[in-house]
Amino acid sequence: MEALVFYLVAGITVASALGVAFSRNIVYSAFALMGTFMGAAGLFVMLAADFIAVVQVLVYVGGILVLMLFAVMLTHRIADVQVSNRSVGTLPALAIVTVLGGVMGRAILTTEWHTIAQPEAQPATYAIGEGFLTTYLLPFELASLVLLAALIGAVVLSRKELKATD
Amino acid sequence: MLTIGLTHYLIVGALVFGLGLFCVLTRRNALGVLMGVELVLNSANINYLAFARYGTFSYDGQVFAIFVIMLAAAEAAIGLAIVLGIYQTFQTIDLEATETLRG
Repeated sequence: MEALVFYLVAGITVASALGVAFSRNIVYSAFALMGTFMGAAGLFVMLAADFIAVVQVLVYVGGILVLMLFAVMLTHRIADVQVSNRSVGTLPALAIVTVLGGVMGRAILTTEWHTIAQPEAQPATYAIGEGFLTTYLLPFELASLVLLAALIGAVVLSRKELKATD
Repeated sequence: MLTIGLTHYLIVGALVFGLGLFCVLTRRNALGVLMGVELVLNSANINYLAFARYGTFSYDGQVFAIFVIMLAAAEAAIGLAIVLGIYQTFQTIDLEATETLRG
């Protein structure tokens, strides 16, 4: 049963990623990206990471993807038939990805991974919250600083230049 | 094949990573490149959580995954702001048309 669900979710994830990489229409790519994000969230649930799965849906699907669709619509002349999602240099890229994927696949399949017996999955939120306020307090605060900088940077980059006219 | 283990998740992560890299390398639409970057970050998260579950069963991997998601959000916000800036300047986001800095 677990195997069946895994193959289903993994299939959705990889198939959507294929759609993102090969679709000729940027809008279709954006929607395929949603499939990848949801599939990854499903994988996270199967990996006993309930909190991360919810954060994934909220931040990626609810935030980043909507932002991307906004950008697609804003930078596109919708009436334009020539949908500009060109791909160039497909063959060299394919070669690079194949070589790299071969190396990774070999590493994954031949390494003797040290795994432990699987304990029962626990709700992770409590442990994550405690980690953020004890062991990872400094990275947590730095993360808030990074987000603030990104916020200000995005505003500065995308605002209209107001010229001081007389 | 029927018991799902660490390698299964790692293979899914590797596949998504490869597709993301392919996307970054071949797309000439700046937004397509950004989507490829999101795929790569997602594959990293899959690996983090797989190792957290099967390697140690501690929550450190999950905390790292949260930081990755945070950075992805910041990256998307800044990246899209830059893309919109490029669009205002060049009227296109085709990366081959925006090569003013090429020496």
